[in-house]
Amino acid sequence: MLSQLRPALVALIALTIITGVLYPFAITLIAQIAFPSQANGSLIVQNGNVVGSALIGQSFDAPKYFWSRPSATGPFAYNAGASSGSNLGPTNPALLEAVQARAEALRAADPNNTAPIPVDLVTASGSGLDPHISVAAANYQIARVARARNLEVARVQQLVAQFTQGRTFGILGEPRVNVLQLNLALDALP
Amino acid sequence: MKPQSQIYQRALFDSFRKLDPRWMARNPVMFVVEIGSVLTTLLFIQALFGAGQENPAFIGAIALWLWFTVLFANFSEALAEGRGKAQADSLRAARQDTQAKKLAAPTRDAKISLTPSSDLRQGDVYLVEAGDVLPADGEVIAGVASVNESAVTGESAPVIREAGGDRSAVTGGTLILSDWLVVRVTANPGEGFLERMIAMVEGAKRQKTPNEIALNILLAAFTIIFLIVCITLLPFSIYAVNANGAGTPVTITVLVALLVCLIPTTIGGLLPAIGIAGMDRLIRRNVIALSGRAVEAAGDVDVLLLDKTGTITLGNRQAVEFIAVGNVQERELAQAAQLSSLADETPEGRSIVVLAKEKYNLRGRDGGAEGMTFIEFTAQTRMSGVDFNGTAIRKGAPDTMIQYIASSGNNVPTELNAAVERIAKNGGTPLVVAQDGKGLGVIHLKDIVKGGIKDRFAHLRKMGIKTVMITGDNPLTAAAIAAEAGVDDFLAQATPEAKLTLIRGYQTGGRLVAMTGDGTNDAPALAQADVAVAMNTGTQPAREAANMIDLDSNPTKLIEIVEIGKQLLMTRGALTTFSISNDVAKYFAIIPAAFATTYPALQALNILGLATPASAILSAVIFNALVIIALIPLALRGVPYRAVGAAQLLRDNLLIYGVGGLIAPFIGIKIIDMLLVALRLA
Amino acid sequence: MTFIGILQIVLFVVVLVALAKPLGAYMARVYQGEKTFLDVALKPVEKFLYRLFGTRETDEMDWKTYAVAVLLFSAAGVVFLYALQRVQGFLPLNPQAFGAVSPDSSFNTAASFVTNTNWQGYAGETTMSYLTQMLGMTVQNFVSAATGMAILIAFIRGLTRHNSKLLGNFWVDLTRSTLYILLPLAILVSLVNISQGAMQNLTAYQTANLLQPTTDANGAVVTTQTIAVGPAASQVAIKHLGTNGGGFFNANAAHPFESPTPLTDFVLILAESVIAAALCYTFGKMVGDTRQGWAILAAMIILLTTFMFVAYAAEANGNPAFAQFGIDQTASDVNPGGNMEGKEVRFGIARSALFATATTATSTGAVNSMHDSYMPLGGFVPLFMMQLGEVVLGGVGSGLYGMLVFVIIAVFIAGLMVGRTPEYLGKKIEPFEIKMAALLILIMPLTVLGMTAFAVVHPDGLKSIFNPGAHGFSEVLYAFTSQGNNNGSAFGGLGANTFFYNILGGIAMLISRFWLAVPTLALAGSLVKKKKVPESAGTLPTYSPLFIGWLIAVVLIVGALNFLPALALGPVVEQLMMK
Repeated sequence: MLSQLRPALVALIALTIITGVLYPFAITLIAQIAFPSQANGSLIVQNGNVVGSALIGQSFDAPKYFWSRPSATGPFAYNAGASSGSNLGPTNPALLEAVQARAEALRAADPNNTAPIPVDLVTASGSGLDPHISVAAANYQIARVARARNLEVARVQQLVAQFTQGRTFGILGEPRVNVLQLNLALDALP
Repeated sequence: MKPQSQIYQRALFDSFRKLDPRWMARNPVMFVVEIGSVLTTLLFIQALFGAGQENPAFIGAIALWLWFTVLFANFSEALAEGRGKAQADSLRAARQDTQAKKLAAPTRDAKISLTPSSDLRQGDVYLVEAGDVLPADGEVIAGVASVNESAVTGESAPVIREAGGDRSAVTGGTLILSDWLVVRVTANPGEGFLERMIAMVEGAKRQKTPNEIALNILLAAFTIIFLIVCITLLPFSIYAVNANGAGTPVTITVLVALLVCLIPTTIGGLLPAIGIAGMDRLIRRNVIALSGRAVEAAGDVDVLLLDKTGTITLGNRQAVEFIAVGNVQERELAQAAQLSSLADETPEGRSIVVLAKEKYNLRGRDGGAEGMTFIEFTAQTRMSGVDFNGTAIRKGAPDTMIQYIASSGNNVPTELNAAVERIAKNGGTPLVVAQDGKGLGVIHLKDIVKGGIKDRFAHLRKMGIKTVMITGDNPLTAAAIAAEAGVDDFLAQATPEAKLTLIRGYQTGGRLVAMTGDGTNDAPALAQADVAVAMNTGTQPAREAANMIDLDSNPTKLIEIVEIGKQLLMTRGALTTFSISNDVAKYFAIIPAAFATTYPALQALNILGLATPASAILSAVIFNALVIIALIPLALRGVPYRAVGAAQLLRDNLLIYGVGGLIAPFIGIKIIDMLLVALRLA
Repeated sequence: MTFIGILQIVLFVVVLVALAKPLGAYMARVYQGEKTFLDVALKPVEKFLYRLFGTRETDEMDWKTYAVAVLLFSAAGVVFLYALQRVQGFLPLNPQAFGAVSPDSSFNTAASFVTNTNWQGYAGETTMSYLTQMLGMTVQNFVSAATGMAILIAFIRGLTRHNSKLLGNFWVDLTRSTLYILLPLAILVSLVNISQGAMQNLTAYQTANLLQPTTDANGAVVTTQTIAVGPAASQVAIKHLGTNGGGFFNANAAHPFESPTPLTDFVLILAESVIAAALCYTFGKMVGDTRQGWAILAAMIILLTTFMFVAYAAEANGNPAFAQFGIDQTASDVNPGGNMEGKEVRFGIARSALFATATTATSTGAVNSMHDSYMPLGGFVPLFMMQLGEVVLGGVGSGLYGMLVFVIIAVFIAGLMVGRTPEYLGKKIEPFEIKMAALLILIMPLTVLGMTAFAVVHPDGLKSIFNPGAHGFSEVLYAFTSQGNNNGSAFGGLGANTFFYNILGGIAMLISRFWLAVPTLALAGSLVKKKKVPESAGTLPTYSPLFIGWLIAVVLIVGALNFLPALALGPVVEQLMMK
């Protein structure tokens, strides 16, 4: 039975070289040549400064910004070095407290808005880095942002529409708005 | 036979005797129930002294019904054995020593010496007359008598036993009702059929068959799984109590009740009974299985080798047609044929006489005269006939007769040759008739295929069993009969070697072969076949090579044996399915009840609306016990087998035992619960 | 539930079934040593590897040798992966300078990846160096999957061959699985995903200046965001294809760098299901009756689809407790609605439920949403999919050989019911086969229930529970169900990176993989010796709709009977208490 020992060791070494060295390096090489932006994290660079990634959300709580979804990463929200969800169970009182607090914060920032709050704005995302909010969540915040920035609501609506992505092929996924890109565009307004 | 009540009495007694743990341990499922019964009984005693986890009445009721569960299972086994045992008892009663009228020579008139039956040896000859009990197994060599064989077969209608043919075997212990028989002993004392039968039904040394072993393993696995399910429920429930801050952990009594309800007690309890009852069904059809494996293998048979004569066709050929040639009238031929056959006592000969009478209303002697001299068939002349008034009528096989006609200086009519050929081609046997050396025509003798046999083979085909006819006939004749009888294949001009080769061929192809046989030259093939049924009238070597013996010496019985084998497996499968399906309802009854104090919300699962947690658990346990009793008749009788394809059988049985097994306990448990409430027992 | 949501589930099923035949036929060619279009490139490599191993294609093994080869290869993998984690601090390709992983976590992770479980007590981006991810995780993602496929192929040979002892050559089956099947598909999936934005580089973590500074838990101001990067896409592709599931990042496929768009999500779900589904066709092809393969696939697809809709319905209903806060959980074209806790907006409810069901039906265990935050009934689905024994598609290879064990049990009971000694594909099912099959269905509930029971009364087990009440019980049950079935997904709240859970879980994973693989091979070894019984009208057809239904019933009933009480105390009672 020890006759299988040599192939066992040799196979592990050989397959490690093929699948653990050649394969990832080859993919990296192709990726860096063919899709350099995507493969490096879809980073957004302004004036030579990395201001974030189009795929990674950031935390906002100023009224002039669209707020991202709650994030459960530690020790601070949207820590892209340690992705994580809240893992709170549906019947966990802590979840209900958190949702209540988030809803109250949203209402406090915009007391006139009595519309129901879209659920994604009060629930933490799976990754804690969700770059998107739903279109409903963006719509919910338009009036507040417009007021804080002294902009016409229509102008903000137009921006939101610009950063709204539909379903892939009209079927896959959900329509969504990229919060960081939207907020950067807001800041870029004259 | 003992009266039914006595069988029940004994089974009842045996149910308790079988509580012996050494006996119970052979059946892991029921052994677990017995341990559970002991455990709950101890808990009951503990509760009586006021230290119990629950109300002592509840624990006591659970313990009582668990004991019932064990007893019911034991009862089913005892009952199944009881039938055989009762039979064994009456057999043993028949097995008393009698004084045999031993004959000095194999004739009725020979000198008689009274000898104790135990001194009779194989080859001895004895005489029995009306009122005598046969002292030993044997073969009738002279006489005809009606015999009451109920001691062996349980069938009280008398049967005829006579010399020659397939009714020549007699069994020791049976009773001569009328006339007399001269019998040659075929079995030494202690080796007779009775002894073997007693040994078989009594010896609880019944070997488990492969399928039974496999099923037992599966059931044991389920039992272990449910053991783990129930054991782990205790820590789970402790956690639940702590996490929810309410109620008390589930009690041992409830866990034991749940365990017993979940493990496959229905099939586990009835499994031995099913096996015994299967053997019993064979015995009642006058077949002794010399191994349990063979019974089970019978259900798997793919190929049946059947002897043509006696099985597919009536034993004898019959005349069906007279074909006159030249300017001979058919009536003339019929008359000649009849005359030549008057002294021919073979069935073929008689059938010629009958046919002539039916067709032309000819009456034997009418056309003849006094002083007829009958010429018997001899191996030298190879023809038979009659001489009278200077006329010589001869009949015989075509080749012999054509030679005879030619040597008489007459021409052989071409029509005659044509008729002979046509008959042979259709599977018949031609007999040529000549008068004074001149060919008159041909008698067409035909094999008569038994009524209904074709349907039977069609059924077998549906069951996936291939039938092969074995015959000594030439291929042409064989093919014609095979086509008429509807068998799938045939082996013509069969020699013992050819049979053996055929069987081996099928077996190499992965098929299971069954065959019947009686002659010594069948022995090698019988030994090779997977299911080999020897006729009781058969020779000793044939009987030794076989794994079953048919007392009725009825070759068609192979088909019944196959069905019994299938029934045996089907009953096990059906009850297994039923048993496991039952568990779903039991979960719905017990789970909400078991955690009622911790999680009242689980009451939503109490879809049956059972009154209280105690009544719910008790109802499930009672149902579980009663269902064993309810299914005993089915276990003993077996699930009916119908010759339809496997797919349809599965559909039907799944519907009855699978879906039925899901639904039945919901209804049963609810009814029991309502009764318990009505009787204020819960 | 919305029309679009339902459509996404249907679309997935349709594409999956459509791909089963072409890929399955290709794999049959690969395993039977027939010509394929990749021969030009791969034959020389394959031949070279056999020379290196010191084996020949024709050196076939009996079941014992095959099992020894599997065990030795896996043991070498465990040792190597353990050592790698312990010494990664001294090795290159470690830009974040991660130190040694703790001994118990290293053991758990080594056992986890070699057994194709890919349970993760650790968080990838804060623990493992790039070198460890590549040489350790990625390699085991390939070879543990290939091992499962090899065992399956050996098992199929047990059914197709007769009067023999030989089941094939493990090294050949392993090599072919890796080179011809997993590697090309992994390259394809990697590149598609990278084009969508999946991460693939070897640089150090990036730092971004936040648009709006935020504060951390201690109130300190945070102005920058460290963005974890690395060679993720190449590992993610194989983690799905090989039904492994161990994420490069902690958030797994919920992380935007692993699965940036709904399209990558679609590709990943397909990737984790397609080989397992296609292997059913391969099986049919190899046994010479594709109906047999379709029948098994049909049973799997019916179970899978049904439970996808159960999960979707449960999650789409949302959390009734939120109603009091004026939260809008109604799905529409602008609002994903439903229970969005732990879910990503780009995926929404339907894709999350689809993913959760697929990842647990297959033994992948990757997640695109956090199962711990699912509604009780929604969380019940992934839990139950695993408790069925990972046979609904299941792991590549292991899922089908697991399902074939259920087929044997289904055939045994059904065969009895039609009055014949049961046979499957002409092989009689006799006591030895039932003994092995019984062992195979016995071990899983034994491990899962036994360990869960131990953990919920042991202080070290209780310490790690995150959510209170019945949900906490579900967390522990889920952890051992996942590890005891080589799935790897988790109710992530459970603090599993402790000595207690690392060791117990590691043992559960090793038992689940190898205690099952060895009897499976023994079963194959027994089947291969038998002669083949020809089919007749008395043979139970194992491809009819009736049999498919029966097989589903057996799988469900065995699963339900084993776990109903435990489920009643977990998700079931939690759901009932919500009302």
